[in-house]
Amino acid sequence: MTDSRLRISENDGITVVEFVDRNILDEANIQAINEEITAVIERADTPKLLISFSNVDHLSSAALGALITINNKIREKTGQLHLANIDPQIYEVFVITRLNKLFNIHETTDEAHAAFTS
Amino acid sequence: MSDSQTHIKDATAIELVYDRKQINMLIDHILDQAESQGYSSSALFAIRLAIEEAITNAFEHGHEKLDPSTPIRVEYAVTKYAVEVAIEDQGPGFSPSTLPDPTLQENLSKPSGRGVMLMQAYMTDVHFNNTGNRVKLRYIRPNDA
Repeated sequence: MTDSRLRISENDGITVVEFVDRNILDEANIQAINEEITAVIERADTPKLLISFSNVDHLSSAALGALITINNKIREKTGQLHLANIDPQIYEVFVITRLNKLFNIHETTDEAHAAFTS
Repeated sequence: MSDSQTHIKDATAIELVYDRKQINMLIDHILDQAESQGYSSSALFAIRLAIEEAITNAFEHGHEKLDPSTPIRVEYAVTKYAVEVAIEDQGPGFSPSTLPDPTLQENLSKPSGRGVMLMQAYMTDVHFNNTGNRVKLRYIRPNDA
């Protein structure tokens, strides 16, 4: 098994996910990240996930695809997904692809935390 | 095979296998050249993103049915006026005009199909050869970048 590319913590029933890498581009890494987050979703009855991009400088469309897959899985379990701390250049990628309409995106993790409903 | 739309004059050409270290080295090398010519950080972000998408497409889609060791060909030229990169795979090619629009509401939840639109969004122009197995990315430097 490869080293985790994620830092995962629990806070008030919310699973907070951060990325170790600054660039999320590599297909193999993205697949590993997808599998690790999927395992978190599968363990929860109604998953509440906050993904922070505070360390991330670059991501690819494959990374966006993994986020969409994660979002779909969370919705299947009527869970909640919030994204935070997205660099302005990366946020532009979300805008260009209109994925800012699909995801709940917040400037800070505090704002994202406050957006979860019980 | 290049045609007039996807040819790059005075290009450096290399063969690249699907190895993340080699891919990173090549992209870093191209971006180092652009940075030394004074391209802005937003220009470098755009160029990296477009090259990443094109290389991923070449290996993941173009070479989907080929031996994993099959190399792609990358040609590039960096000047103070433009960065041009052509990526050619050995697959059967595809027709970019048939790709569905990933920004339509019914496609937003689909996990794939955004690579080409991101290349087109971030580059000045993107041309495919007739076969659809070679793409040329061109970023023309704006006056302030």
